[in-house]
Amino acid sequence: MSIDVKDEVTVKTGALDVCFTVNGTRHELKVDPRMTLLDALRDILGLTGTKKGCDQGQCGACTVLVGGRRMNSCLSFAVMHEGDEIRTIEGLGSQSNLHPMQASFVKHDGLQCGYCTPGQICSAIGVLDELNRGVPSHVSEDLNKIAPSDDEIRERMSGNICRCAAYPNIVAAIREVMEKEL
Amino acid sequence: MKHFSYERVSSPSEAAQAFERNPGARYLAGGTNLIDLMKLDIEAPEHLIDVNCIGLDGIEQTLDGGLRIGALARNSDVATDERVRRDYPVLARALVSGASGQLRNRATVGGNLLQRTRCVYFYSGDLPCNKRHPGSGCAAIEGMSRALAVIGGSESCIATHPSDMAIALRALDAVVETILPDGSKRVLPIADMHVLPGQTPHIETVLVPGELITSVVLPRPIGGAHRYLKLRDRASYAFANVSIALVAHFDGPKLGAVRVAFGGLAPKPWRVEEAESGISSASDAASQIADVALSGAVPTKQNAFKLSLARRALSVLLMEERQRNDRKSQ
Repeated sequence: MSIDVKDEVTVKTGALDVCFTVNGTRHELKVDPRMTLLDALRDILGLTGTKKGCDQGQCGACTVLVGGRRMNSCLSFAVMHEGDEIRTIEGLGSQSNLHPMQASFVKHDGLQCGYCTPGQICSAIGVLDELNRGVPSHVSEDLNKIAPSDDEIRERMSGNICRCAAYPNIVAAIREVMEKEL
Repeated sequence: MKHFSYERVSSPSEAAQAFERNPGARYLAGGTNLIDLMKLDIEAPEHLIDVNCIGLDGIEQTLDGGLRIGALARNSDVATDERVRRDYPVLARALVSGASGQLRNRATVGGNLLQRTRCVYFYSGDLPCNKRHPGSGCAAIEGMSRALAVIGGSESCIATHPSDMAIALRALDAVVETILPDGSKRVLPIADMHVLPGQTPHIETVLVPGELITSVVLPRPIGGAHRYLKLRDRASYAFANVSIALVAHFDGPKLGAVRVAFGGLAPKPWRVEEAESGISSASDAASQIADVALSGAVPTKQNAFKLSLARRALSVLLMEERQRNDRKSQ
């Protein structure tokens, strides 16, 4: 009986083909159109570093980089990502060779329980890229000449919630990488 | 989430044709609002037409020196565009005051205009809401109305339009270009796009089913001092209690022409042009504008604060711009 039910669901929704690259590896997937990018990463590809928090775009735990830009993977269907290059926390560094942002979070103790951390780190990498590209923020005094500051970090990271409130250390971790790279 | 079928189209006319074949369809752009609502079954389209790849994500100069912003341009890209930052800073400021960095990277100009209200009763499936379920009643008017409309609402609905971008576009007198399912095109002033709720709060714009926004056109740069002030319960990533898009021109030390659009107060961007006329001879410009623009307001006990807040905020903005103008001319 359970097989019949599964078949029925497949017929109704139609499994769709989608092909995208995750951390440099090309994946051809068959997905239900309702499947979010977040669920595809976690449940099909087993990349459980990306976390599901609120599942409605408010907490930022699901943040990944798509084409180098940060976005909420919970608010996007997997089928929308044909041809995209996606980077998740698993693709940033390894235990023996951490990404500078990962190393800085460790150094500054920018976490407590760690659940929001993959999203925080992906988001922070996106923030530095945005600063490099001159993307203004709400706290930028001059829209045309952005001065990196703690206020800029706080404003730009407001889409990432840390319920343990490790915020001061998160800001310190991002600041250190920002000062080196900008 | 309800079942739906999905297709990806590669041009605006293909999108229109896809809608003709599937009248129960919705267009899918950034998805940051639609997907959220689909998860809650508040939106339940039978078919999604993905318009992300229809080639409308560019920003180009128009023949008369304005700017045509593709409907699929992402909010962060519009705010970053050099011409927008230089000539329309009120728009750049409004854009970066909305949502989070992640959402702005994904959300589009067209979707921003068409996003639904964040009224908590609209989001609560088990409570009455005339917008979500026409005829069921409004739980908000006698309920938690602090965040809701003080003007332009009706006995059926007091939801606010949540966009910041639209408030700036209203101050700039932007124009919305669309394509209809039969392939014809039309042009709408932003002022005419959103409609007040009346007895039909589920109808939010004059767009017909299947009509697709293709671009938003800004007029030639209008100069002046541009400000966008957003007052909210948190410093970041929250909707406005009150927001003001202001474009002010000075004639020597005197205030000349002004444009003022309010957000957070009404079901649509709230601008009353009559309130702005003859402002250069007014003794208290902020009071004159607020008196006219906010006359006829019907606040609840919980949201009456918005009226005095809007008035004081406008007063502060005009005072700051006056001082800046004085410093410049010294």
